[in-house]
Amino acid sequence: MEIPKSFLGYKRENKRVGTRNHVVILPVDDISNACAEAVANNIKGTFAIPHAYGRLQFGADLELFFDTMIGTGKNPNVAACVVIGIEPKWTKKIVDAIATTGKPVDGFSIEGSGDIETIMKASRKAQEFSQWASEKQREECPLSDLWISVKCGESDTTSGMAANPAVGNLMDKLEPLGVHLCFGETSELTGAEKVCAARGATSEASDKFIKTWNDYNDFILKEATNDLSESQPTAGNIAGGLTTIEEKAFGNFQKIGSRTFIDVLTPAEEPKKGPGLYFMDTSSAAGECLTLQAAAGFNIHLFPTGQGNIIGNAIEPVVKLTGNPSTAVKMKEHIDLDVSKILKREMNMDQAGDELIKTTIRAASGRLTCAEVLGHKEFIMTKLFRSA
Amino acid sequence: MANTDIIIHDEKDNVGVVVIEKIIPNQDCNCWVMENDSSVQIQSKNEIPLGHKIAMIDFKEGDTIIKYGHDIGKVVKSIKKGEHVHVHNVKTKKW
Repeated sequence: MEIPKSFLGYKRENKRVGTRNHVVILPVDDISNACAEAVANNIKGTFAIPHAYGRLQFGADLELFFDTMIGTGKNPNVAACVVIGIEPKWTKKIVDAIATTGKPVDGFSIEGSGDIETIMKASRKAQEFSQWASEKQREECPLSDLWISVKCGESDTTSGMAANPAVGNLMDKLEPLGVHLCFGETSELTGAEKVCAARGATSEASDKFIKTWNDYNDFILKEATNDLSESQPTAGNIAGGLTTIEEKAFGNFQKIGSRTFIDVLTPAEEPKKGPGLYFMDTSSAAGECLTLQAAAGFNIHLFPTGQGNIIGNAIEPVVKLTGNPSTAVKMKEHIDLDVSKILKREMNMDQAGDELIKTTIRAASGRLTCAEVLGHKEFIMTKLFRSA
Repeated sequence: MANTDIIIHDEKDNVGVVVIEKIIPNQDCNCWVMENDSSVQIQSKNEIPLGHKIAMIDFKEGDTIIKYGHDIGKVVKSIKKGEHVHVHNVKTKKW
């Protein structure tokens, strides 16, 4: 197949391109969720991203909180953003950082005026942003404006045989075109960590990966109260035939095809070394991983599943594929691309990769994904430790 | 081309994965080795569902399971060729 050269995206003020045109009402903290949701309810064409944190966090955990909030607002899938927090200082910090992209953003703090007055003021601003964004048009953009993140979930052995290598095939074909790519799931590479480290494009990247994996593994061993057999593999993985974390890891690893990674990112860190494949240090929980990848600026996500994970994301469209013929039928409404014919040898990996490229470009150009039409807007903060 | 009942990733692998709804005991199965596009036969000893693994050789306790050409865990209870390989007879070497 000749790979299409372009997709239809929204060109942003900072030269990045969005696959969506969201107007987001972003609460800074848990207690501002009600206000943000009231504004989103008032003003059509907007939505709120409620979450559980943002109070009394400190140190590295607070830094990651800010990186996640600011990165979410900066993501090119967000056209404009209204930030609402209890206190003015943290609210302003987030607004100022999002404003560096040049996109419309404004902030409101509740303390001293209460929910109702804040809702009124923020709603007026949200109305202005919603109407402004509604006039934005999609334009033809080169594929190099795609920033594709990947993560698999509810994996089974079909993931390693079909859906994950189909993603790998897409990576092998799109990386040479200048696309940014990102995989994560530090803990789920356990067993394949040495093989993964050898895929570092430089010894620096390999060393960074090994240090990252060792730190995560030490943390798991320190906190574990049993052999983790209840958590990794999960009950769903085991039902699907996956026996050990090592088997899961080698299946997971198929997602990067034959690529090498050019750098290792901290959670939510924006890639800075140009196009190519990046590894990000993330949990293997889908909600957390996708939220961090979206905060790093990735604008479309590919999610292979075996037993049928149903995850979506607040701002990043999630394209789901499966190689499991049973899941493709029983959970049809969640599956954007069925590659189960690979198991019957009626489809080869080259064909599966091509189909996935077509599906990805359609979704990037505006076709709603299954997760989007089913209302999945997961936004899950990674919390490093307890708040003060 | 005969129907494929079992897929083996790598020629070094000592387990295969069932890719039909299930195989039944004493079924003669066609296995396809992805890496070198070769075929082998095996007779099953157990019922094994889609996605689950079958032993391609006899294993004794302490042996290593190879899949994708790599070590994916240790045998904790002896397994005969054609039997179901899963959490009841294989454990991780990590964690």
